[in-house]
Amino acid sequence: MCLAIPGTIIEIDSQNPQQAVVDVVGVRRKVDLGLLQDDPPVPGDWVLIHVGFAMSKISEADAADQMRTLTMLGETEAAMQEVRGYGLDNQEQDQSGQRRMP
Amino acid sequence: MKFVDEFRAPELIAKTGEEIRRLADPNRHYRIMEVCGGHTHAIYRFGLKDLLPSNVELIHGPGCPVCVLPMGRIDDGLSLAAQPDFIFAAFGDMMRVPGTHGSPLEYKARGMDVRIVYSPADALKLARSNPEKHVMFFAIGFETTAPSTALTLVRAKAEGLRNFSVFCNHVTIIPAIRAILDSPDMRLDGFVGPGHVSTVIGCRPYDWIAKDERKPVVVSGFEPLDILQSIVMLLRQLRKGEAKVENQYKRVVPWEGNRAALRAMAEVFELRPYFEWRGLGFISQSALKIRAAYAEWDSEQRFIVPGVRVTDPKAAQCGEVLKGVLKPSQCKLFGRECTPEQPVGALMVSSEGSCAAYYNYEHRKPVTIANAATN
Ligand code: SF4
Repeated sequence: MCLAIPGTIIEIDSQNPQQAVVDVVGVRRKVDLGLLQDDPPVPGDWVLIHVGFAMSKISEADAADQMRTLTMLGETEAAMQEVRGYGLDNQEQDQSGQRRMP
Repeated sequence: MKFVDEFRAPELIAKTGEEIRRLADPNRHYRIMEVCGGHTHAIYRFGLKDLLPSNVELIHGPGCPVCVLPMGRIDDGLSLAAQPDFIFAAFGDMMRVPGTHGSPLEYKARGMDVRIVYSPADALKLARSNPEKHVMFFAIGFETTAPSTALTLVRAKAEGLRNFSVFCNHVTIIPAIRAILDSPDMRLDGFVGPGHVSTVIGCRPYDWIAKDERKPVVVSGFEPLDILQSIVMLLRQLRKGEAKVENQYKRVVPWEGNRAALRAMAEVFELRPYFEWRGLGFISQSALKIRAAYAEWDSEQRFIVPGVRVTDPKAAQCGEVLKGVLKPSQCKLFGRECTPEQPVGALMVSSEGSCAAYYNYEHRKPVTIANAATN
């Protein structure tokens, strides 16, 4: 429930700067950046994502730590399911969504 | 980014365990509450208890949102969704939580349109793509999740999307901690503070626990080393007779929290005068309600809610376990009538629920940090 999943910002939507495409271990999904509007991330930044919203900016090393914690908790499958679930309207991303966890 | 399926710094973990044993006064019994269900999950998964001396006891707190939701709210949500042309949307965690007449998943099997969503924003998308239906998002969660629901409502209103509403069950952590501290059968020495809730609310809201209640609070990350280090920090304070709020999870939690998230919550929500929690009863100002400005998107203001109150099945002792008075295995139903496959209570459903964590990890002991670190 309180899963927070690390991802890296790939692209900010030019029409709507509060929407971005993030990459979570190879899966690309849209997330909402509205909760980071005081300190908006830019492409290349790492963020923690919770229920489809970026919650905080983190370092790359922290992102790796967080992913390891999820793996150890046996939550990676749940996390990836969650990530695949985001963005019902961007089916074109689905190909990359096929990639499995290492 | 590389993923290592092993514990970070096992030597450091063993050392931190030693430090805990050194700091703990053998003539004292320490009761430390980990507030957050994510910590409960991690503590069992990693077998951290095995690294602690027997006089340092971890008590599981109320920080599992599906666990604290009373059954009546689930019944209310499902009865609203029984209206024609309704879609009941909720997070996966909710799907197997029992209501009086079954879980959302069982209602789905009986023909209700029940959808799992991973984000409140996805529930909004469902509403956009099903204009002939009403999509009700059954919102649960602490301050970690509430801002996302708030922003979703802001977006729904801006768009004027009328076939969407939120059945709001968001709760706030501070009043629950207060209720626990006020309960006469509870003696606690300190708190491992919630990590992700604190990214939103920051560390200041815990000040009163230190100042007025004289109990230390350490906001903690979720890795084994994080949790153990937080226990070290608590024991150091207790040894010196101090009571402060400290932040072990600085790399993610800013002291001031996330102001944009707090603003979104303040825009959309106000405090309910009181709200019922499983096990803790009615707690005043402990939950969020949608403001009148968003009444059109509030399932409770828009439709008639039965407002049922039901008590848990008699033999179920979820309330006592939630309060930390009983251990999961002391519940009469534990492991017999109530298992993760056939849950009677919500604490057996969510991976953050202490019954599920206890069942999964104490029964079938996997490699724990203790045996990994000492091998
Ligand atoms: S074992 Fe089941 S019924 Fe008993 S406290 Fe846990 S969840 Fe509730």
